[in-house]
Amino acid sequence: MNPLIPLFVIVPLAGAFLIMILGRLIRNLDKYLASLILLFLVSVSFWFLLTTGDKVTVYKAGGWEPVNGIPIAIYMVLDGFNTLVLCIINIIGFVSVFYSITYMSRYTSENYFYALFCLMIAGMNGVVISGDLFNIFVFLEISAISSYALVAFGVEKNELEATFKYQVLGALASFIILLGIGLIYWKAKTLNIADIRMVFSSGYDRAYYLLIQILLLCGFGLKAAIIPFHAWLPDAHSSAPSPISAMLSGVLIKAAGIYVIIRLFFNMFAISQGMSVLITTLGALSMVTGVFLAIGQWDIKRLLAYHSISQMGYVVLSVGIGMMMISKGIRDEIAALAIAGGLFHLINHAAFKGLLFLNAGAIEYTTGTRDLREMGGLAKQMPVTAATSFAASMAISGIPPFNGFFSKLIIIIAAVLAKYYLLAVLAVIVSIITLASFLKFQRYAFFNKSDDQNKRNIKEVPFPMLFSMIVLSIICLLLSILALPGIRETILMPATDILMDPSKYASQITGI
Amino acid sequence: MKGMTVIVKKTTQLIAGLVFLYGIYVIIHGHLTPGGGFAGGIIIAGSFILLILAFGSDFIRLTKEETGSTMYENLAILIVTFLAASGMLFGARIFFINWLPKGTAGELISAGMLPLYNIFVGLEVAASILTIFLALIIFKEEMPE
Repeated sequence: MNPLIPLFVIVPLAGAFLIMILGRLIRNLDKYLASLILLFLVSVSFWFLLTTGDKVTVYKAGGWEPVNGIPIAIYMVLDGFNTLVLCIINIIGFVSVFYSITYMSRYTSENYFYALFCLMIAGMNGVVISGDLFNIFVFLEISAISSYALVAFGVEKNELEATFKYQVLGALASFIILLGIGLIYWKAKTLNIADIRMVFSSGYDRAYYLLIQILLLCGFGLKAAIIPFHAWLPDAHSSAPSPISAMLSGVLIKAAGIYVIIRLFFNMFAISQGMSVLITTLGALSMVTGVFLAIGQWDIKRLLAYHSISQMGYVVLSVGIGMMMISKGIRDEIAALAIAGGLFHLINHAAFKGLLFLNAGAIEYTTGTRDLREMGGLAKQMPVTAATSFAASMAISGIPPFNGFFSKLIIIIAAVLAKYYLLAVLAVIVSIITLASFLKFQRYAFFNKSDDQNKRNIKEVPFPMLFSMIVLSIICLLLSILALPGIRETILMPATDILMDPSKYASQITGI
Repeated sequence: MKGMTVIVKKTTQLIAGLVFLYGIYVIIHGHLTPGGGFAGGIIIAGSFILLILAFGSDFIRLTKEETGSTMYENLAILIVTFLAASGMLFGARIFFINWLPKGTAGELISAGMLPLYNIFVGLEVAASILTIFLALIIFKEEMPE
């Protein structure tokens, strides 16, 4: 058993409480300790990304071996899919925490911020790494509760209102998820994802199975803010401090929502046509509705938050197309293409949406406003912010050299090959509207001349913030190489394979 | 907040110690009898809350108390994490493994690591429940009239 696997949970968890104790005694320790922890996790997750490949690695906490073939330990599983998600979590986490070194110095009780941040990372890593349903729930709660506190970190009226809304809907989601898990445990008598698949593959009550699927889709859909469940997202993501918005939008809705939905509906439940139609519809709905809600916004962070809903729609849509193809049992290569496109867009979205929120934070840091109408002409005073935000805007709207273009292209090609022409056309139209709304953002924030330009003394933001933005914009550019044939096979394909062949996941884990 | 009458104060003085001892009993017999770290921790926190309610918040300095309980809470959870991680250094080198000798079943000192986990989980629960309670009272005291 690889001893590095549990470190994804232990290190940030222990770090959070060390920060709370030592942070009171030593000044500035909190920032550097949190950055070091995240840097360590980034290197470990990269090491796993390069070495995992097709292997499925299992770590049994407590060393409990299966009894009569029934797993009783807490399983921590690493395969091609979740190493990718772990990389996203820890890279965006590191960049955000480095960004906060100067950004958060305007707030009081900073060590609470870094402690909660590490706790949120521990929760998300735990969700992704856990191989059993109940521990997914436990870690989900750790990350959700720390994010409630982080959204309210400014303790102003707006923040408190947003966090209250987020908390009520988050608690509802947790309740629905727990109910679903309880119903599964009642019938299957086990909580291990691989084992549940084995138990249900020998026959089940269809209505009961459908009820569980709907409950879990609603619960994790609420966490992922897919369209009918999106009400909390724009408020929570726009009121939080900017590095936290980058974490919430870039990572949390993926790790706690989309990742679990994909994992459960591919690897735990048998893929049925009804569910795949439902998931594709929800994806298309959030893709289209999200962008129309976004284009009218004047608050930068609200605009970005609505775009998160729309871009997550792309991911859900293409994964849904993949499910549909698998359920029909024809043309597996199209299914593989659609799923690979979805996962690729998932990674890309983390990079460019994280960057856009950091840009918004930089603008707010210097000008003190989030309203697009009050900005203008910032391109001269803040050249780096302008350049990086241009890169991110082009990436999100799918302009060629950037990563967003390739993932959207793969999704559209997969939709056309699967003969869902309407969905392909919708994806193109949504992409054009996205471009329009980001051109608006660019024009009003950076190029439009403001009247009182000379009165205000605006300077570029300090180094740590610049560094984070530059790193993310380079990542945005570099990620496009994932679409190249040689690299795609080593990074995207293992993830797709584990989802394409669901019985492989189950048999490998229960076999070990 | 002023304290309550002399009768209540005297009775609380007599009871609080017993409640505290009972909490300790539940924690250290956690691996033998029903209960354990969580239940015992709640009972211990209950004894402190009883004292604060009876004597009033003027009697103790709440913010100082809150700093102390937060500190205990963080220390306890850190120790639990290190105990779990210590499994990666000793014995079979697996996270959360019970590597201490198991002893005879039914004895007070047995079951390897479990009593240690119980003690620190109890400390953690007691401190965190007390912290939540104190945070609520301090918030009420600070509210403008």
